[in-house]
Amino acid sequence: MFGYYLDLAIRSLRRNRVLTALMVVAIAAGIGASMTTLTVMHLLSGDPVPTRSNTLFYPQVDPDTSLTEHGEPADVMDYHSAVDLWRSHRADRETLVATAGAKLRAIDVRQPSLMIRVLATTADFFPMFDVPFQYGGGWQAADDESRARVAVISAQLNDKLFGGANSVGRSVRVRGSEVRIVGVLRPWRPSPQFYEVAGGRFSSGNTAGYYARPEDVMLPFFTGVEVAGDTFDVFNCWRVPDNFMHLPESPCSWVAMWVQLGSPAKVSGYARFLAGYAVQQKRLGRFTHADNTRLRGLMQWLDYNRVVPSDVRLQAWLAFAFLAVCLFNTIGLLLAKFLRRSGEIGVRRALGASRRAVFAQCLVEAGLIGLLGGMGGWLLTLLGLWLVRRQPAAYADLVHLDPLMFLTTFALAIAASLLAGLLPAFRASRVAPGLQLKTL
Amino acid sequence: MQIRPILAALRRHRLATMLIALEIALACAVLCNASFLISGRLSAMHVNSGVDEASLALIKLTGFDDAEAVDLNARVQSGLTGIAGMQSVTVTNTAPFADKVGTAGVTTSQEPGHPRAIVDYYIGGPGTFEAMGLRVVAGRGPQADDYHSFIGFVPDNAPVLVTRALAEHLWPGTDPLGKELWCDRLHFRVVGVLEHLVRPDPASFAPNTAEWTVFAPGLPGTKLAGTYLLKADPAQLPRVLREARAAMARLAPDAVVDDEFSRPLSEMREARFRQDRAMAGMLVGVICALLLVTALGIVGLASFWVQQRRKQIGIRRAIGATRRDILRYFQTENFLIVSAGIALGMVMAFGLNLVLMKYYELPRLPWTYFPVGALALWVLGQLAVLGPAMRAASVPPVVATRSV
Repeated sequence: MFGYYLDLAIRSLRRNRVLTALMVVAIAAGIGASMTTLTVMHLLSGDPVPTRSNTLFYPQVDPDTSLTEHGEPADVMDYHSAVDLWRSHRADRETLVATAGAKLRAIDVRQPSLMIRVLATTADFFPMFDVPFQYGGGWQAADDESRARVAVISAQLNDKLFGGANSVGRSVRVRGSEVRIVGVLRPWRPSPQFYEVAGGRFSSGNTAGYYARPEDVMLPFFTGVEVAGDTFDVFNCWRVPDNFMHLPESPCSWVAMWVQLGSPAKVSGYARFLAGYAVQQKRLGRFTHADNTRLRGLMQWLDYNRVVPSDVRLQAWLAFAFLAVCLFNTIGLLLAKFLRRSGEIGVRRALGASRRAVFAQCLVEAGLIGLLGGMGGWLLTLLGLWLVRRQPAAYADLVHLDPLMFLTTFALAIAASLLAGLLPAFRASRVAPGLQLKTL
Repeated sequence: MQIRPILAALRRHRLATMLIALEIALACAVLCNASFLISGRLSAMHVNSGVDEASLALIKLTGFDDAEAVDLNARVQSGLTGIAGMQSVTVTNTAPFADKVGTAGVTTSQEPGHPRAIVDYYIGGPGTFEAMGLRVVAGRGPQADDYHSFIGFVPDNAPVLVTRALAEHLWPGTDPLGKELWCDRLHFRVVGVLEHLVRPDPASFAPNTAEWTVFAPGLPGTKLAGTYLLKADPAQLPRVLREARAAMARLAPDAVVDDEFSRPLSEMREARFRQDRAMAGMLVGVICALLLVTALGIVGLASFWVQQRRKQIGIRRAIGATRRDILRYFQTENFLIVSAGIALGMVMAFGLNLVLMKYYELPRLPWTYFPVGALALWVLGQLAVLGPAMRAASVPPVVATRSV
């Protein structure tokens, strides 16, 4: 029966091409707009470490002594707390993260100096976040404390400085200090750049910066502190520092920490350890708010920071409102189309077709319009994504149509058109055959 | 024109009428709110910077050590001043729409519980204030003996100027001149009030706080180095900046020029609001597509009704109705449906605005948007129905005699 209905639907659509085209264009436009925004949302709100995001946690303490009342603790930690916690080694894996801008010059490569972003982190960073290597690998755990002059560089920097060749063993000068390359990453572009996300609640929804590229040079944490000195990015200072030059002793928060905890028991154990640390620091007089600690999971932390830019969310809402208008439009047109054929339906009913059969036939026709609209919608989605890629946002280069979203385009188009077809099909199936036959 | 027969006819097509009215209501709700969003973006983009943007450019150097700073300032300032057409080269920490470097909290007292604000500090070396072209509305601008060298983040005990917007927030209704400001233990005294001076990054703050800024005079040194404000005639500025950038290789061979912030201020303003411009463009696109789809829906349904009623139209024409009467009939019918849609749409627009206010911190939709939106939809409806109505009017009376 389906084949026959399909045949009838094709004939019917051919009969009134203008009306058919109107419906297909309406569905295509609605689907194109909503799939473009949905794809961007999907890419921006995904899981950046799909293999183990549920075991990654973000501890926070409250070193701020300037306020009498406290809300949420600072988004990142001060040097003292972060290094204390890291040296306790209570988690399966743990890493410190701090970023700085620094001047880089390649040794024996004829290129002008460039300003790059430096990530000071610890050896666990690479296995913990599944960072892929092209050549070599990360540094040893001992290199962090021994301030080894080693570095891991990004694929992009390797291409720029060494033309993509294996540069392990060569050296670069970061802010005047020579470091030896021990590893070169593969192109790595987590979305968002999760390990650095902080301060979302102060951003007024302008969070596109969370989708920037990872840093070009990664140094062992204490090497980085020595090399980059006072050029680290500071999240906040709760007092004006006495000595602005020396960050580790400053009343400023600028070091983030991530821990990997393999089981729920370990998570609650770590949360207790964190609370205990804060109590101990309060006793030492360094903290004033001991009970203000947090241990959020990775996805929880991203949600808390509302990483998806508010403009992107607003666009998605707008697009779906537009789709709704398109659907109302299609319902109206389908109704007109089906009821115009009341006579034909009357004949079919008189010849023995059940209401069900008429209903099914109408739905097949609606579904066919959806399929055609889906194809148009797919093309419009590709156009929309091309437009998004031309936008000046940090996430622009991440945007593409993955297979899941490709299938969703057609599923959404057909579902939308079937939904739009329900009411007109129902009305058509209720056509009284006797009355229609009389007026034929 | 009698409305009752139209209403009677519409009652026969309740479902289709309702659908069109709903479509118009939804379009009205989205139209009002989207236009409001666009106007918000546009007014943010056209924020008054308070400085003489057209004749200012910035050069920002990075990658030098603190020890080189004093020497670097001297070399760059003396080296660039010689460029033909350069009116001034002064040292500053940043400029409107440039790098965000001096954001901090201030309070009006060291005791807790007093008004606070998160402000951006502009720290300018001698000449910067004059080069920016800032307008003082009360008090005085910085004088020669106000400039002192400093080692912290802002010069302590500096005589500062605040914007009118910040003064009204911190000391509502009172004269801000002579008032004290604190940033932790750093202390300032207000000596002047600026008409306007926008934050470097107004897009990241609530619109009503875009001008919460403080201007502090300070002498160039280790903490005020590497960023230079160039002033030239607007027509000469591109060439002057190009020559200044070219001269950097000679004047500061070890430093790296920060391309993002070494541009004319007008270009940096454009870059700061590029995202807003893209968003406004997208909203305009959505509105156009929405109106087009709505119009097509009206055309489709009206054509269907015209075709369905050919016989009745023929009869009406045969018993004396003029073409004008038929045209009027369909126009009135459309007007009634669109009006119903608009009435519902106003309520939906209001509701949508409440949701946007809650989740996107938008202000309340001004009432002026409602009549404008209504007018737009009425015009759209009349234009869309014109074609089918004319076709209806051209139905000849002879149709009435056929196949009855």
